[in-house]
Amino acid sequence: MSTTTTETPAEAVREALVVKAPEPTPVSTGRARRAGRLLLTVVTKSAAIAALLLLWESAPRLGLVDRTFLPPFSEVAEAWWGLAEDGQLADNTQASLVRSFSGFGIAVAVAVPLGLLIGWYRPVADLLGPLLEVFRNTAALALLPVFVLLLGIGETSKISIVVYACTWPILLNTISAVRNVDPTLLKLARSMDLSAPRLFQKVILPASVPVMFTGIRLAGAVSILVLVAAEMIGAKAGLGYLINASQYNFAIPQMYAGIITISAIGVAFNQLLVSVERRLSSWRVPTGA
Amino acid sequence: MTIVFENVRKEFTVKDRSGKRQSSRFTALDGIDLEIADGEFVVLVGPSGCGKSTLLDLLGGLTQPTSGRILLDGTPVTGPGLDRGIVFQQYALLPWRTAQGNVEFGLEATGVPRRQRAARAREFLDLVGLTGFEDRHPHELSGGMRQRVAIARSLAYDPQVLLMDEPFAALDAQTRESLQDELLSVWQRTGKTVVFITHGIDEAVYLGQRVAVMTSRPGRIKRIVPVSLGSRTATDDLRSSPEFARHRHEIWSLLHDEVARAQQLEKEAAAV
Repeated sequence: MSTTTTETPAEAVREALVVKAPEPTPVSTGRARRAGRLLLTVVTKSAAIAALLLLWESAPRLGLVDRTFLPPFSEVAEAWWGLAEDGQLADNTQASLVRSFSGFGIAVAVAVPLGLLIGWYRPVADLLGPLLEVFRNTAALALLPVFVLLLGIGETSKISIVVYACTWPILLNTISAVRNVDPTLLKLARSMDLSAPRLFQKVILPASVPVMFTGIRLAGAVSILVLVAAEMIGAKAGLGYLINASQYNFAIPQMYAGIITISAIGVAFNQLLVSVERRLSSWRVPTGA
Repeated sequence: MTIVFENVRKEFTVKDRSGKRQSSRFTALDGIDLEIADGEFVVLVGPSGCGKSTLLDLLGGLTQPTSGRILLDGTPVTGPGLDRGIVFQQYALLPWRTAQGNVEFGLEATGVPRRQRAARAREFLDLVGLTGFEDRHPHELSGGMRQRVAIARSLAYDPQVLLMDEPFAALDAQTRESLQDELLSVWQRTGKTVVFITHGIDEAVYLGQRVAVMTSRPGRIKRIVPVSLGSRTATDDLRSSPEFARHRHEIWSLLHDEVARAQQLEKEAAAV
């Protein structure tokens, strides 16, 4: 066991593995049983999705729904492949991801420091609290026309709406994370006469990471949700545009292909954030899950 | 480091329970005079809510006395400092750091060069018997081990005074006894001045060279009992010796009235 450094990412991962590792089983039957268990997990986790796809494939074919409006899954998959081959899918996906990620990134960069500030300084919180409450409860999409009026229909307004929508979950979770830092840790830091920057760096920030990340993950989902809606209203590229344009041109399989792509991106982004979150908060006492 | 309390008084402003704006003054400590010699092990006992922890906060520089002074080697306490190390009942370990990292936390505050920190942390973890647990996170350690880490952390940055606020109260009886023995041996080896707070009479007699018994509300020092148990190195059960029983009874009698009075006060406060 290496004792030269502490808290390297590698160690954090190892910690996570140690905590999550299944209990050891006898060597002789262990491997077979583990393989069986893995298979069972895979089957359990994919059963519902497989059933959905089966229903999607069979319902139009059996005439249960109009196949013009809901083509069988195989046709959608074919259309998806077509879009992927002629580069349309890549272009639109890229346009969407650039907007999503820049908006999300800006929101993280703004909301985390702001949240730390508001969470720590009570007067700031008292001053800004009511304002935050108003904005938080105003649906981001309701403000889309305002953004378009002020910033035009270009990239600025789209990225801005993503920034706006992503800011609230991050900000509010960061504020509550800072507020809920264990008071004995603060007392400890005070007894050691830590300076304010040190206190933030060594105590408040690491203690806040888990709750903060819940907000960041929510924001990740929001960034894609809001963007697609924004792209449906006024855009010349992007997955939202692809879906909307396909509908207008009655290219229904292409429309579904766009929708599937968005789901896949959403799931992948969330998984990415979950794994980062795990890595950063592996020290948390495992609670049930 | 010698510690002197000179007529220390601490008042708090409390809001009225009925929710009115009216606030009243509440005296937590009054007329505290206490001298602690360099390298001495002093225990403070008292009923709950007698201001023991307030006294320790004052000594730690976390709050200021309303009147009176606290002198450390002749200099008044003005704020927190690394010449005093606090050990908390709830351990106060940073859960995202390993045992090693937690001990290094104190060293970072004192500006020990990075290279020396790891070696120093291991040395102090070894002192409290935690060799082999350096890479564990707090949630992977038992309560007793966590408190050992906290003690190692406080010792590592080498404060002259160790302030301990009921550090063993949350532990089971066996763990508590073994930690008491280890604390005594660490104290003997390092020669720190220790101020230890507890509500356990046995713990007070076992650990303290002198035991200061406090009154309930306002907290005053009722009596200071010097404890002499003969040689501690004797291997037989010190807690069953006649001297131990005598001291125990003396402190018990002093506390008994105070506990009854504290309960009466609490009932009155609840009835209002």
